[in-house]
Amino acid sequence: MNADLSFRAGIKDVVPTLFGYIGVGLAFGVIGHTSHLSILVIAFMSLWVYAGASQFIIANMLLVHDPISAIAVSTFLVNSRMILMSTTLAQYFRKDSMLNNIGIALLTTDETFALAMNKLNRTKQQLSAKWQHAANLLAYATWAVATVVGAWLGSLIESPEKLGLDFALVAMFIGLVYLQLISDKSIKFAVQLLVMLFVAICLYFAMAVMPGNMAVLLATVLGCLFGMVIEK
Amino acid sequence: MSLYVFLAIVVCGFVTIASRVLPFILVKQFELPAFIVKFLSFMPITIMSALMFENMLIARSGQLPLFDWQNIWAAIPAVIAGILTKSLLVIVVVGIVAMAALRFYGIG
Repeated sequence: MNADLSFRAGIKDVVPTLFGYIGVGLAFGVIGHTSHLSILVIAFMSLWVYAGASQFIIANMLLVHDPISAIAVSTFLVNSRMILMSTTLAQYFRKDSMLNNIGIALLTTDETFALAMNKLNRTKQQLSAKWQHAANLLAYATWAVATVVGAWLGSLIESPEKLGLDFALVAMFIGLVYLQLISDKSIKFAVQLLVMLFVAICLYFAMAVMPGNMAVLLATVLGCLFGMVIEK
Repeated sequence: MSLYVFLAIVVCGFVTIASRVLPFILVKQFELPAFIVKFLSFMPITIMSALMFENMLIARSGQLPLFDWQNIWAAIPAVIAGILTKSLLVIVVVGIVAMAALRFYGIG
């Protein structure tokens, strides 16, 4: 990754994260298949809802015929960290047109958000709409294709986890955290390490009393507040 | 596709679209107060750390989580690859290969 903010650079920069989409997308396709969702439904969900963790939960809730209102609330809660990420990312596109802003917003994910935050460290805190569109679109297409292929493979593969592909997502977060840690010069290294430690402790205890997604959200908010306090 | 499945997906799509788009529209229209900007400056490291650590733990309802040793073992070569190469691609590939090897030998 370098300072280049062209469309081409966006395509190039997003490639490493695609393994995560492929791994999780295949897994979602397989699970969608075993939850009796057709390939058409899986493709529709991937293109219209486009939210990794939420899609697993929706598939599960559809299987047990939960009310649509409950499915919508679960989707909102699982996906609510997007509000924090979108608010953070949006600050870098204020000068771009509203259409560009909405286009970027529609396809923002954990991964493309994290990638953009890493990119900022190489570009003197600048992002460009065309760079972000390129990364977002390639990620979006990869996700849709991976889930459909997963659904199709679902009947063929017994245990896709043997290949280790599901670990791609975890490895990607490890990589993004590490690169963030060594390259974000706007926050002191020691402060970042302390914030990470604090987040880990909060998450550990929060996970005992709430679902993982909520624990992530709570640990994130507490971590940001902790960072503000110790940086003073 | 039944009407129930169709409607559920349509509604959930509007939920995810709203969560993504409304913050962009608001941030474009209004200047965020300095303390919110400061708060959000910690977002990258906190949310990525939280998502990473969540994958190192196994939730148990009503109890403290267990450590996911297989993921933790596979993370070690991935981190070493990161220190050596600073390349996201290498980190991801090393992680996948490490996990496949752990499972092949039944470790963790």
